[in-house]
Amino acid sequence: MNITIEYYLILSAFMFLVGVAGVLTRRNAIIVFMSIELMLNSANLTLVAFSSYLGNSIGQLFVFFVMTVAAAEAAVGLAIIIAIFRNKLTVNIDEINILKW
Amino acid sequence: MNLDTILFFVFGIVSAVTAVLMITRRNPVIAALFLVLNFASLAGLYLTLNAQFIAVTQVIVYAGAIMVLFLFVLMLLRPENEQKFLESNPKTKIFAMLIAFIVFVQLVYMIFFVHPSKNISKDLTKSLNAGTIEAIGRELFTHYVLPFEAAGFLLLAATIGALVLAKKKFD
Repeated sequence: MNITIEYYLILSAFMFLVGVAGVLTRRNAIIVFMSIELMLNSANLTLVAFSSYLGNSIGQLFVFFVMTVAAAEAAVGLAIIIAIFRNKLTVNIDEINILKW
Repeated sequence: MNLDTILFFVFGIVSAVTAVLMITRRNPVIAALFLVLNFASLAGLYLTLNAQFIAVTQVIVYAGAIMVLFLFVLMLLRPENEQKFLESNPKTKIFAMLIAFIVFVQLVYMIFFVHPSKNISKDLTKSLNAGTIEAIGRELFTHYVLPFEAAGFLLLAATIGALVLAKKKFD
């Protein structure tokens, strides 16, 4: 039995949709952020799989950039969550609705 | 069954199961720890794909730095356990799961319909060469030097932004 690229693509699709379900169903803002990290990682898996099967290193280069963006996003996002928690004493996204009209 | 297949299934099953456990645990700290395990098994998958540099970066940046940041914030904010799955907004949640399932089925159908392994097969020496730090660094510092500088600038901006946001007390 040979591992073809479809196995990696299906695993990656599964992890991406688990992340989507987490974002849509969870109410804790930090867990929503962790689900977004899961989605970024599943996209990374696709990039690395194609890069490895095509023998081209540019896909792995893009994974490097995605990691940079994820680190920046996590830092800023968690700072926002801390700032909101300081004001409203909650991280439940149902109660954080100051931008909702 | 060769070693490649066994390793793929071990790491793949671990990463899929921990992803599901991550979004179903009610205690956020346990969810974060399952996410660490998921990142570690993804690093293993990268190794089966001959991407050594990315595997090491995954462990250092994701499972190390980013998850430590998440756990810090979780333990600073002591968020309470979430309610049971269907206690609040059950209709929205069931609808969301349904949408996610339909999109997953669609993606699997597309992957089998396009059947990429028909055109793409693994060339071991090429694949090994693509994953070395030498090949990645050569691309990074010749053709992609501008995005590299932009990434550095992005990190600087994120550092300043995080400092300003966490320091300021707005009302």
